[in-house]
Amino acid sequence: MGIEARGIGKRFGDFVALENIDLTVRTGALTALLGPSGGGKSTLLRIIAGLEKADSGTVGIDGRDATSLPPRRRDVGFVFQHYAAFTHLSVYRNVAFGLEIRKRPKDEIRKRVHELLELVHLEQFADRLPAQLSGGQRQRMALARALAVEPKVLLLDEPFGALDAKVRKELRDWLRRLHDEVHVTTLFVTHDQEEALEVSDEIVVINHGRIEQIGSPDELYDKPINDFVMSFLGPVTTLDGRLVRPHDIEIFTAPVPDAIPAEVTRLQRVGFEVRAEMSTPGGDEDGTWVQLTRGQSESISLDEGSRVWLLPAPNSTSIAVPT
Amino acid sequence: MTAQLDEAPVADASGAGVASTRSTKVKKGLPLGSASASSLGVIVLWMSLLVLLPLAAVLGKAFGSGWHGFTAAVTQPATASAIKLTVVLAVLVAIVNCVMGTLVAWVLVRERFRGSSLLEFVIDIPFALPTIVAGLVMLALYGGDHPFGPYLVGTRTGLFVTLLFVTLPFTVRTVQPVLLDLDRDAEQAAASLGASAPSVFRRIVLPQVLPAMASGAALSFARALGEYGSIVLISSNLPFKTEIASSIIYGKLQDADHPARSTQQAAAIAAILLLASAIVLVILDLLQRRVARRG
Amino acid sequence: MADLALTPVGAPAVTPSPARRRERITATSVGLRTAAIAYVGILVLLPLALLVYRTFQPGLTEFFNALSDPYAVHAFQVTAVVAGSALAIDTVFGVAVAILLARYRFPGRRLLSAFIDLPVAVSPIVVGLALLLVYGPTGWFGPYLESHGVMVIAAKPGMVLATAFVALPLVARAVVPVLEQAGLEQEQAAASLGANAYTRFVRITLPTIRAALAYGVVLTVARCIGEYGAVLVVSGNIQGTTETAALRVGNLIETDLNNNAAYAVAFVLVVIAVAAILIGAFIRRRKRI
Repeated sequence: MGIEARGIGKRFGDFVALENIDLTVRTGALTALLGPSGGGKSTLLRIIAGLEKADSGTVGIDGRDATSLPPRRRDVGFVFQHYAAFTHLSVYRNVAFGLEIRKRPKDEIRKRVHELLELVHLEQFADRLPAQLSGGQRQRMALARALAVEPKVLLLDEPFGALDAKVRKELRDWLRRLHDEVHVTTLFVTHDQEEALEVSDEIVVINHGRIEQIGSPDELYDKPINDFVMSFLGPVTTLDGRLVRPHDIEIFTAPVPDAIPAEVTRLQRVGFEVRAEMSTPGGDEDGTWVQLTRGQSESISLDEGSRVWLLPAPNSTSIAVPT
Repeated sequence: MTAQLDEAPVADASGAGVASTRSTKVKKGLPLGSASASSLGVIVLWMSLLVLLPLAAVLGKAFGSGWHGFTAAVTQPATASAIKLTVVLAVLVAIVNCVMGTLVAWVLVRERFRGSSLLEFVIDIPFALPTIVAGLVMLALYGGDHPFGPYLVGTRTGLFVTLLFVTLPFTVRTVQPVLLDLDRDAEQAAASLGASAPSVFRRIVLPQVLPAMASGAALSFARALGEYGSIVLISSNLPFKTEIASSIIYGKLQDADHPARSTQQAAAIAAILLLASAIVLVILDLLQRRVARRG
Repeated sequence: MADLALTPVGAPAVTPSPARRRERITATSVGLRTAAIAYVGILVLLPLALLVYRTFQPGLTEFFNALSDPYAVHAFQVTAVVAGSALAIDTVFGVAVAILLARYRFPGRRLLSAFIDLPVAVSPIVVGLALLLVYGPTGWFGPYLESHGVMVIAAKPGMVLATAFVALPLVARAVVPVLEQAGLEQEQAAASLGANAYTRFVRITLPTIRAALAYGVVLTVARCIGEYGAVLVVSGNIQGTTETAALRVGNLIETDLNNNAAYAVAFVLVVIAVAAILIGAFIRRRKRI
C-alpha cells in the first residue's frame, strides 16, 4: 500500500535520470527522498505525481495502478519548492481550489478551508493574496491546499528549499508534528541530510538515478552501506585509510596499542564544539580532523602542536576509503 | 500546534511592501538637481510645442464655435456613418485580435516547433511595415486580377482584414511575455488538485493573462480607430460604405471652398478620436496598476 | 504604463533549457499550431509574397527604372532627411525622458509618463491636423513664424515635427525598463570615486542602456521612414519637393495609376522594414531585453 514504484526508468536525451527504481513507501509514514541535486529524486517524485512520464515502470498509489492516470486522477497532494501559489486567488480560494473543482457544497468548502487554515495558522490571512504572505506562510498555504482534497499521499518537492534557515527549521518541526496529527502517507524530497534525519521515519538515499540505501535515520547513520551514504549523511574524515565520523575518534595523550600518532595542526572553536585538525605522518593525505566538545578539549589541554594518539571509538562506523 | 509559528508574519508580510520590486526601486528616485531640472524644463517645453499645444488646438477648434458647432459637425450623415463604422470596426478588430493574438502567443510560448522562429519573425512585419505599404500588401492579394484572393477593394471586409493585418502584433506581444512568466508549477498544482486541462486554462491561466489580453485589445482598438495609411488604398472612400473617420478628416482638410468651416468639422471628428484614445490610455493604465498590485 | 507603448515588446528571447524535452504532440497541440500558422500565414505571409511577386513580375528593368526615376530618388532623399532629423530629435528626447522617469522623483512624473505614450494612440491624420492648427498659415504660431521667414507646413520642418510626434515614445519606452533594472548603485559608486555627471553618463549609463537604446532606435527608424498619414497632411504632398517615399507609394497608385512603380518603391520599404526587424531581434537576442 502507500506508494509502490516498480522498475521506474527515465532518460532526458542521453542523461539517465532514473534507472530501474523500486520503491515502497509505507502507508502513514513520513519518508524522505534524500540525495544531491541532479540525482533524480525530484524526477521520481514528479513521476509518482504524474507530472512527468516515466519511460518504463509502474506506479501504484494506495493499492491502485496509477501508471497511466493523469495527475488529476491520482489522489496525490503535491507541494512545490517555489509554492506554486495561484497568485490571482486569495489564500482562501487557493485552499478551496481542489474542493471547488470537485464541486463540493459551499458550506462544506467553507468549513473545511477554515479547518485547514487553522491547522496551518493562516486563519487571519484568508483574504490576502499570496503576494502579501512571507515565503513560509505561502508554503503553509500550499500545504493546506494540497491537504484540502484529502489526498491518499502527500508529495513534497524540496518544500523548504526556498526558505531561509530559521523559517526552514521551524517549518520542519512543524511538518513533523502536522504529520503526527494527520497521518497521511508523505514522501518528501530534500538534499538536506539534517532535514531528512530530523523529520522522517524512513530515508531513501538516491544518487545518480539509483537508490543507494533505504532505512530508518538511525540505520542509515550508523550502518551506511557505502562511502557515499556515509559521507552524505554526516561529516566524515579519514583515519588510517578508513572513513570515520570525526566525533567517533578518541584522542589519547599517551601512546596506546594500535593508536595512530598525530600532531594537532589547528584548533578551531565553533560554538560549543572544537575541531582539531591533525597531521598523521605517513598517513592520510588530507589529514584527519576530530570533533570534540569544549570540555573534552580542555580536559586533555589540547593545543596546536600537541602530540596525540588517535583511535576509532569502540562500535563506531567506519568504511574503507574507496580507491 | 506550535506557538512560534504564529510570529512568522515576516517583514515582507505587511502587504504594501511586497507589491513589486520595481516600485520600491522607483521610490528610491533622486530629487531633481539643477541639471536634471533644466532638462525636465526643456522636455516639457518640447512636449508642449510638439504634442500638447497641437492637441489642445484640435480641441479648441472643435469646440471653438460652441457645443452646437461640434454636434453639427459630427452628426452630418456621412460623418456620423463614418464614425460609427470606424468604432464598430475597431471593436470587432479588437475582439478578433484579442482571441487570435492570444492563440498565436500561446503557440509561440508553449508549442515551440520547427519554424516557430519564422512565425515569431512574421508577427513583427505588420508593425515595421510603413502603413501605406501595408495597404499595398493588402491590395496585392485582395486587389483582383489574379486567380486567388477575393476582390475586397471598396468593401468593409477589406477594411476589416487590413485592420487585422496592422494590429496583429499587439495582442501577441502583450500576452507573450505574461505567458512566458507564468508559473508552470501553479498549473501542475492545479492539475494535481483535480483540474482538467480546460479547467486549468480557465481557472489558472486565463485570469492571469486577461489583463494583458485586454491591454492588447485596447492597443488594437486605438490603432484601428486612427488607422489611415493602410486603409486608404483598399477602402475607395465610398461614403456610407467604406469611408472611415480619418478619411473624412483628410477630405475636409482638402476642401478649398470653405476651409474654415471644413477645418472646424475636421477638428470635431478628430476630437472624438482623441477622446476615444484618451479613454483607452486610461484603461491601459488602470489595468497595469491592477497587475502591479498583484505582484 | 511602462511596457504598453505600441512597441512590440518582442520575442523575449526564449532559449530552450536543456531540460526542455519534446513532449508528445497531442491533437489539441496540432490544432492550435495549425490555427496559428494558418492565421498568420494567410493574413501576412500570403499577401506579402504576392507583393514581392508583383514587384518583380514586370521584370528587373522596370523595377530599376521605377527606382531611378528622378522623383523616386528625390522622395527617398526627402525620407532620409526627414526620418534622420526626427530620429535624432527623438533619440535625444527619449534618453533624457528615460533618465528622468527612471532616476528622479518630481511632481508630475506620472503625468509626464502618461503624456509620453499619448502620440502612439493618436490617429496620424489627427496628428497632422493638430500640427496644422498650430503651425499652419492660419494657425496659432504659423503667421508669426511665416513673417520671420520660417515655413513649417508644406515644408520639411513640419514633416520632421509630424514624424517626431508619431515616434516620440519608442526610445524612452525601450530604455526606461533597463535603467530601472540597473538601479542607482553603479552611478553612485562612480560618483563616490569622483566621476562628474558627464563622466557618469558616458562611462556608466550609456554602456548600460546601449542595447536597449539601439533597439529603440531601430523601432524609431522603422516608424519614421514609414509615416504616412501625419506627413501627408502637413507636407502638402508636392511631387519633387515634399514627397517622401511612403507618400510616393500612395501617389503612384492613386494619381499616377502606375502600380508597378508603386510596388517597386514599396518593395524597398519592405526590405528596410524586414532589416529593422532582424536587427531588432538580433539586438534582443544578444542582450536579452
